[in-house]
Amino acid sequence: MTDKMNDLKDTQPANVPADAFAASDAKQEAYSAAAEAGAVRVRRSRWERSRIALSKAPATAWFGLIVIALYAFVAIFAQLIAPYGEAEIFAKAELPWASLGGQSEHFFGTDQIGRDVLTRLIYGAQNTIGIALMTTLLSFLIGGSLGLIAAINRSWLDQILSRGVDVLMSIPSLIFALMLLSIFGSSIPSLIGIIAVLDSTRVFRLTRSVAVNVVVMDYMEAAKLRGEGLGWIMRKEILPNIMPPLVAEFGLRFSFVFLTIAALSFLGLGIQPPTADWGSMVRDGSRFIQFVAYDWTLALPSLLPAGAVALLTVAVNFVVDWFLHKTSGLRDE
Amino acid sequence: MSDARKGDVLLEMKDTRIDGFSDNRWHQIIKGVDLALHRGEVLGLIGESGAGKSTLGKAAMGYAQPGCKIKSGSIMFDGIDIMAATEAEKRKLWGSRMAYVAQSAAASFNPAHRLIGQTVESTVAHNVRGEAEAREDAVDLFRQLSLPDPETIGERYPHQVSGGQLQRVMTAMAMSPRPDLIIFDEPTTALDVTTQVDVLLSMRAIVEEFNTAAIYITHDLAVVAQMADRIKVLRYGEEVEDADTATMLSAPTQDYTKSLWSVRALEKPQNPSDDIVLSINNVDAAYGGNIKVLHDVSIRVPRGRTVSIVGESGSGKSTTARVVTGLLPPMTGSITFDGEPLPPELKSRSKDQLRRIQMIYQMADTAMNPKQSVGEIIGRPLSFYHDMTGAQRDARVVELLDMIELDASFADRLPGELSGGQKQRICIARALAAEPDIIICDEVTSALDQIVQEGILKLLLRLQREFGITYIFITHDIAVVKAISDEIVVMFQGGVVEQGLKDDVLAPPFKDYTKLLLDSVPEMDPNWLDDIATERASQ
Repeated sequence: MTDKMNDLKDTQPANVPADAFAASDAKQEAYSAAAEAGAVRVRRSRWERSRIALSKAPATAWFGLIVIALYAFVAIFAQLIAPYGEAEIFAKAELPWASLGGQSEHFFGTDQIGRDVLTRLIYGAQNTIGIALMTTLLSFLIGGSLGLIAAINRSWLDQILSRGVDVLMSIPSLIFALMLLSIFGSSIPSLIGIIAVLDSTRVFRLTRSVAVNVVVMDYMEAAKLRGEGLGWIMRKEILPNIMPPLVAEFGLRFSFVFLTIAALSFLGLGIQPPTADWGSMVRDGSRFIQFVAYDWTLALPSLLPAGAVALLTVAVNFVVDWFLHKTSGLRDE
Repeated sequence: MSDARKGDVLLEMKDTRIDGFSDNRWHQIIKGVDLALHRGEVLGLIGESGAGKSTLGKAAMGYAQPGCKIKSGSIMFDGIDIMAATEAEKRKLWGSRMAYVAQSAAASFNPAHRLIGQTVESTVAHNVRGEAEAREDAVDLFRQLSLPDPETIGERYPHQVSGGQLQRVMTAMAMSPRPDLIIFDEPTTALDVTTQVDVLLSMRAIVEEFNTAAIYITHDLAVVAQMADRIKVLRYGEEVEDADTATMLSAPTQDYTKSLWSVRALEKPQNPSDDIVLSINNVDAAYGGNIKVLHDVSIRVPRGRTVSIVGESGSGKSTTARVVTGLLPPMTGSITFDGEPLPPELKSRSKDQLRRIQMIYQMADTAMNPKQSVGEIIGRPLSFYHDMTGAQRDARVVELLDMIELDASFADRLPGELSGGQKQRICIARALAAEPDIIICDEVTSALDQIVQEGILKLLLRLQREFGITYIFITHDIAVVKAISDEIVVMFQGGVVEQGLKDDVLAPPFKDYTKLLLDSVPEMDPNWLDDIATERASQ
């Protein structure tokens, strides 16, 4: 397989016009190592390369990028965009789109205790995305570094870590999370910590399994013989070579954490009121579902946050797919 | 063998053009090559890697590997127009009238099935013979290929036989349907020299026995000289020269062919020295504590000289290197470096001790981190050992690139953008950057083409002259040993057979194993294999 690929690759060095060979044949010039692979390709700067990559991105990737940018904007500037305060309560309950007729100030209406739904959605973006991002980053920090250490060590430490992870993974994660949350209380820091630790087990497994393939390479041996420390070997020798699967996993994990938090909130153990969050919004709105037969707009308080979760999940995965496709193919160009 | 034209034309390719797809574009791989093969004739296809040998060989069967397509030209096989044949028609030919022997037999067998079943599979599938008859015939073939226990060897699984035996089973598999044409694609490249001789002998005997036409693809001139009636030299997908083996060897007309022939002539005079910089004293070593791979190994390495360690694979050459570098602490014995004992463990060696012993690997591809630029790869030892930073470091990188005959623009490239020879040069530069006393070269030239090999060897010799570096050179290639060594250590099954000056080891009186090793290296004489066969028969 690799032989065939090498055959194919070596057959003609890139960017060399066919007549260059004829010329070198005719002259039989003195051997020159620099001329071996033909023309020197000038490497582009990082900025140029990302500009080219973007210009070649497919429509789905563009869609994902724009949606993510929009969410990020809303999440960062929630305080400025939101028309009302996060927990501000209005006396009169309003239906969605009542404002179109000029009867109400609330575009999506108000929820069951009279809070503006649009405001809650905007603050929900900040809380939900912020917490999910923190959690995912933390789980990658824990799982990634332990996975790398296990892959490099490959002896007793690897055994202890891997078996420990097996034990954690054997317990259904949502139920385990519920149990831990009722032990430690559902504050935001404990929520982040617990989900991060539980999710880091998956990250650990992935990191370890891709890193062990890199660890056996000669350049790792060369680094060891040079006397490099663990930090350098992890950051400079292994990490750049296992980035693509990790980034793909990051996209997936982010979506899953998102859903876990929404699920926990739905069950009442996630983010606690009055903090706005999409998961608890779905739960609160779901009470109106039985009246949808009379007025479909009553479904909106739960459909809107659910749709927000779904859209972001799709967008993130579009971008991850594009990145994976790009890194698995040719790099520069 | 002597009669080059044995029968009518079996295979004729005219103006064959093949394109390959890479870098998002189609490139010409084969640019209009003509080829004619008579019944019972063996044609040698030689050229460096990337010359299009394998692609042309596969095209003769009407097969284009994924990413390639046969663009134009005509391929006629025994009156059948291969270019016009449908996939189904070609499949009828493959495995019955045409067969293919791949370079890596180990990768070509299904590890889950017994050898005999795989040997007769295509014969039975094509209804050439019935199952029982084919199996009996396979046993005969095993016998003719001088495999041990021909009656029962077929019952084994691929991992239960050696590499050389597996290559012979694969030849039996190709021969089983009695094809008219066999393509041998570098069938002995992955084998040790001593094994290679056996495989070559049996392959040639069986091809002659059944008067099969064959295309023998290799980059090893001496091998092709033994096997082929006629030789075709390819370069960059074009034919350079085509002539009878004898003519080609004695009077090549093209400069390129001559340059291929002359590579093996490189030789440096030995230069004895008694100033020992490193000595390995009675070392025993084992992997995993029980499988002992080195027995009582003692080697002395004189300063500023080259000591070559030769032997077949499994003889402990690379393990010796691992002991010296500290990756595998010895069970007993010691290493003395510059008059002082060297700590056995990598961890207990000082940074300066690590700096003074550097290593270059066989596969330059895997010895460099593909995500680091050349500048970073060469620059790291500079900042690590010599605390160089910024402009000073960059300037030194350019100096080092200059030493290995590459220009400054290479510093920005990634390893994936370099050719095999250039990669190996970068690895040499990385070792040089540390300013070492000793460089251990583990088979550094064996993955390279002849001409590139010569360039690397000349570079290593020049660096030794200029900087007085000591080399421990691990190789199985006797031509390389002649080119670079002052002293030679011969190893066999984990022990040292002998150590001595090059001229003493390579001249009579020989030790038994040294003689076997030297005799197994193919020579450029087309009668060499015949001589070996007669000599063995008389013993």
